[in-house]
Amino acid sequence: MKTAFFLCAVTATFLAVSAFSVIQPGYQIGDKVMDFSLKNVDEKTISLGSDKTTKGYVLVFTCNTCPVAQAYEQRVIDLDKKFASKGYPVIAINANDGQLSPGDSYEAMKKRSADKKYGFPYLIDETQQVAITFGATHTPTVFVVQRQGSDFVIKYIGAIDNNAQDGGQASQKYVQNAVNELLTGQPVAVPTAKAIGCGIKWKKV
Amino acid sequence: MVSHHRWLFTLLLILIGESSYGQPIRIIKYPDLQQILESPNDSILIVNFWATWCAPCVAEIPHFEKISTQYAASKVKVILVSLDAASLLEKKVEPFIARKRIKSAQVVLLDETDYNTWIDKVSSDWSGALPFTLIINKKTKLMKGFERPFTEAELAAELKPFIQ
Repeated sequence: MKTAFFLCAVTATFLAVSAFSVIQPGYQIGDKVMDFSLKNVDEKTISLGSDKTTKGYVLVFTCNTCPVAQAYEQRVIDLDKKFASKGYPVIAINANDGQLSPGDSYEAMKKRSADKKYGFPYLIDETQQVAITFGATHTPTVFVVQRQGSDFVIKYIGAIDNNAQDGGQASQKYVQNAVNELLTGQPVAVPTAKAIGCGIKWKKV
Repeated sequence: MVSHHRWLFTLLLILIGESSYGQPIRIIKYPDLQQILESPNDSILIVNFWATWCAPCVAEIPHFEKISTQYAASKVKVILVSLDAASLLEKKVEPFIARKRIKSAQVVLLDETDYNTWIDKVSSDWSGALPFTLIINKKTKLMKGFERPFTEAELAAELKPFIQ
């Protein structure tokens, strides 16, 4: 009887834990990233491992339509200009469902990246699995990853800076500071920072 | 005499507000929000964080107004916290609220743009995605956060456990 009760309790705990893990919010600082393959706006597939020369990446979950993402677009372009040559290029990923948000369709992504002359890949996360795995919930959200051997490790999660309206007025440039710290071998002083943004347009299930 | 004038002025404001301009919207700071969230009383509070630039937020705003009217007798109070730029209060937020005829739900504009300093204090469950809604039973301290948009039926269903 006691054993049966114990087994029940264990099963219940296991079920509770596994149910919880389904809604776990993705990667935390220090986690190793599972590499992905996503289609770029030039129809080619890109993975983190594709380029062996980088020290890491500035991964930005963004989109065409969100006003906050638009406000940060030039800052993302500038981050790539600043850090690609130093080993931390930008990879932008759009996970919005193109049917719910036609302005974020693959064709619209191609146009946007051409119009704004993106110097970095703009990948479509059609199944939304990459956004789910990372725990991205809104645009724009940055994950800075650092190459460690054959792995990529999460070093920063969150906002680009602390002034959405005017980057010049931002007193905390979270992503820039994090990458600079990684480049000089220091720990990232502010490894997470939250900001408001547009909820990712999840497919209806 | 002064208080008499003030009373008349208030009445005038209410009348103007009701007829053409919609409700006056107060610009608040984080301590004011904290006061709203934490002050003890016996209401059930629905706090919705939104912005005029957020399409799913705009789509669900009428549901909050409806719920606010329908459940007023159950001591349900709805507060819509706009995260629009304070500079857009008169140009964007007030006209939107007037157009949508938001009268029962109270609207405030939270002028705190250094988000990382307060988002976690509102709820550690909130990543920053909009819309975000908190339902709080002030008496029992039961609280739940929802980082997703609602249909009217979904909102009513989530509210139910908070009403005894």
